[in-house]
This record gives sequence, C-alpha cells and structure tokens, in this order.
Amino acid sequence: MAQVLVVTSGKGGVGKTTSTAALGAALAHEGENVVVIDFDVGLRNLDLMLGAERRVVFDLINVIQGVAKLPQALIRDKRLENLVLLPASQTRDKDALTEDGVARVIAELRKKFDWIICDSPAGIERGATLAMRHADAAIIVTNPEVSSVRDSDRIIGLLDSKTIKAERGERVDKHLLITRYQPARATRGEMLSIDDVLEILSTPLLGIIPESEEVLRASNVGSPVTLSNAQSAPARAYFDAARRLKGMDVPMLVPGESRGLLNMLFGRKAA
Amino acid sequence: MSSVVGQRQSLMFRARSYMAFVFTPQPPIVEWLADLDAGLERSKGFFAGHPVALDLSAVQLSASAIAQLIAEIEARNIRVLGIEGVTVPEGEAGLPPILREGRGAQAFELPASAAGSAPQHQQPGSLLVENPVRSGQSVVSEGDITVLGSVGSGAEIIAGGSIHIYGTLRGRALAGATGNARARIFCHRVEAELLAIDSYYKTADDIEGSLRRRPAQAWLEGRTLKISAMN
Ligand SMILES: Nc1ncnc2c1ncn2[C@@H]1O[C@H](COP(=O)(O)OP(=O)(O)O)[C@@H](O)[C@H]1O
Ligand SMILES: [Mg+2]
Repeated sequence: MAQVLVVTSGKGGVGKTTSTAALGAALAHEGENVVVIDFDVGLRNLDLMLGAERRVVFDLINVIQGVAKLPQALIRDKRLENLVLLPASQTRDKDALTEDGVARVIAELRKKFDWIICDSPAGIERGATLAMRHADAAIIVTNPEVSSVRDSDRIIGLLDSKTIKAERGERVDKHLLITRYQPARATRGEMLSIDDVLEILSTPLLGIIPESEEVLRASNVGSPVTLSNAQSAPARAYFDAARRLKGMDVPMLVPGESRGLLNMLFGRKAA
Repeated sequence: MSSVVGQRQSLMFRARSYMAFVFTPQPPIVEWLADLDAGLERSKGFFAGHPVALDLSAVQLSASAIAQLIAEIEARNIRVLGIEGVTVPEGEAGLPPILREGRGAQAFELPASAAGSAPQHQQPGSLLVENPVRSGQSVVSEGDITVLGSVGSGAEIIAGGSIHIYGTLRGRALAGATGNARARIFCHRVEAELLAIDSYYKTADDIEGSLRRRPAQAWLEGRTLKISAMN
C-alpha cells in the first residue's frame, strides 16, 4: 500500500526540500518506487536539488488544470529509475492549486508508487495545508532552535486538525527529523539540546542530520546528498532515517557522541 | 455553555457560546482609556484575537459617543464583539449588536425556563484534554480544564474555573475567566508566557525566576496574583 508522506515545518529554510530529496533518493536506492512532489508553487526548488530543472516541461498545476496528463509531468531521475519528480510551477498563481485537483493527483499516484513524498512550502497557509491534506504520515523538520521548534509545534497541531485522516478521527503518524544539528554548539548551550526538542514536541524521533558542507556541495551539483556522497555523515543519517521509515529498527546516534544514548528516547513514543 | 476546543472536534456542536472578556468603562472615559493603555503596555497583544464585550452600564453615552469609544478601543487592536447595558435603540447605525443575559461565574444559574431543557453536556463540568495543546491552539471551557500533556508556547487555555496541567505550561493559562476569583492554576512545570486569574495576570517577565521549571500553583489574594512552588 502506498504511503503518502508530507515533509513539513512551518518555518522556511530548515531543510524540508533537502530532506525530501535525500530521503526520496535513499528510499529509491533501497528499491522502493518513489515520487516526490514539489508543493512550493512559485518558489520551486526540488527540481534543482534533484538536478532535473532543465527537463521540466509540465508541472503539478498543468496536471490539475488538465493542460497535461499526469505521466507527461513526471520526470524520472537520471541516476535512479524508480525515483520520480512531480515539479511545481514557478510561474502560476498558487491559487491554481485546488483541493479537488490535489486529491485527484494523489489518488492516481497511489496506484503507481510505494512512497509519495510531498515537499511542503513554509508557512501555515493553503499551500502547506494542501501538501499535508492527504498525508498518512508526516516528517516534521526542525532545527534545534526556539523559533523552529515553536513553528513545528504549530504544524503538529494542524496535522491533528486539517488533514483528511484527522477529520476521520484517525491520526497522522508523526516523525521528527532534527536537521542542521551542530554538536559543538549544542554542547556550548547555543542550541537547544536533542532532549529539549523531544520534550517540547513530544513526537518520536526519526533522525538527527548534522550540519554539513556536504549538503551544500550536493545541492550545488544538483544531487541529493544521499546519492552524491553516500558515505558522508548527513547521507548516513538520512539513510538511517529512511530505514526507520520502512519500519526497521536502526540505533539512533547523536552526531558528535559515540554512545547510542538515544535508543531510549527513540523508544519513547508519545503523541 | 458548551466547551469549545480549538480543533476540529468543535464542529460537532450545533450551538455554542463563547467567552468574551468584558470591559466596563468608568467615567471619566479619558482616564479609563489611559488605564487601558497602561494595562496594554504591560502586556502587549493580551486581547488580540479574543472577543471583547463592552458593558456600558456605568456610563451614560449617546449612540455617537459609543461609536467614538468603540473606535478608540478598536484603534488599540481590540475587536468589540457587542455591547451591553445601553438604552440606545437596537440596530443603531454602525454599532455592534447588543448583548443580553451574559452570564458571569457568580450568577451562573440558567433561567428557570431554559434549565429543564438544557442537555447534559452543557453543564459547566470539567474538560479533559488528553493530547498536548500545540502552539496556536486554544482550549476554552466555562468549567475546569485538565490537560494531561504540555501546553506549547503560543497556545492558550481559558477556563471559567480552575486549570490543571500535568505537563509543562509554556503558553498561557487564564483561569476564572468568567469572573471567578477563587479559580486556581496548577501545573507540573511552569514556563508560562502568561498566567491569569479573573482579570489579574502576570506575564513571563513578572514570574520570579526561582519558580520557573518547577511545579507551581497560582491563585488570587485580593488583587494580587500569587504564585508558589509546590514541592
Ligand atoms: N544538514 C545541513 N547542513 C548544512 N546546510 C543545510 C543542511 N540542511 C539544509 N541546509 C541548507 O539550508 C538551506 C535551506 O534548506 P532547504 O532544504 O531549502 O529548506 P526548506 O525547504 O525548509 O526551506 C539550503 O541552503 C540548504 O543547503
Ligand atoms: Mg523548500
């Protein structure tokens, strides 16, 4: 059965698009059929992170408006044939993203893919709520700082009220992905600790991605970090997170610490 | 008197009542407005997004004077939902609706005619919230409210009665909001942005540092909001 995931955060610039690309590629690398959808109409990015920007002809809005058929808008990755992108429109008005249209696209994709990963725009407006609307599970991307954590808390509230699952009285599975983690700054108390973030958000942890130049380097060459340098620290953390998404039990390591002290926390499932 | 939770469940209710803060301007109005400004200065945005009703029974104002007063209040980013205690004709141009039979906590009995037909769930009992209250959510009930999880920064709990929070309170808790000075707030760990009972409040800056991150309770002693540790 297809899993619809939304990658969301409230705040911008925390690493949603980076994570969508990295996790999508990691899942595809493990043999899963993956489509990643860019919901950031007007500020599309995911095509760049996948190095597909020069092959975009049709986009999500073209499909919704009936200008193109869904298969015409899907772009297959050059490295992994089971990784596919549905790009956003850079020019259209985001009001063209309709509730019905999104429902039709998701329903059609559910028939073809194992994983449908929706890269949400920042904010709590229409674009963000439409991206989460059909989600079975959510990846909440948070940086270990107060404003990002508060915005994530807000988003979790929306996941519990604005999604189809919530409206049916069911629960959207929630996974917390802490990105841009800097061990040295956390030790000096300049960032929230992993413990603090987990305590505030009381949401199970999917992974901790360290801050790394490798991420920037990857995006500059149009490749998810999990494909450009699979041995780098952020890539390994993303691979682990992808395996956890598949239900595998992978020990959690805090970057910069050798002990696997977070096993305990990972097991602490709340909300 | 039904409870309103800031989540989708609330749509199940057909009829709802909302709690509003009530302002009672006193003459001279100019001084009353100055007092209001001083209060707002101490806690910016306190009334933002909350309905406010004006009880005009303590002043004698013509329709145009009322309109002017409302304009003054709305210029302070406070929305006036309705007015009460006035003798101007209903539907006077430009004035908000006239509210009647507002109930405070002290005069809580339902009118005899309505009491018999009031459904069970409309009794001001206590509301139990089992999930964490997330930023941006607000939970409102005329009775007591018990929250099993935490209340996030930017979330708020507004109760006619007392508030019990078994997690960490990082947002706002407003107890005794219908004018009940005996209401209290209890929380397992206080990191609150604001604590209020009846209409007396303390913001984060006013809460003593030594109390933070500890179990605490708040109550009203005369006109002072007291907070003490509970261990
Ligand atoms: N782990 C990381 N280490 C270093 N830089 C990162 C990391 N994750 C994201 N970034 C950088 O942060 C910026 C914002 O990331 P992006 O994924 O576009 O965020 P969002 O989609 O949430 O707005 C980008 O420049 C990206 O390269
Ligand atoms: Mg993005």
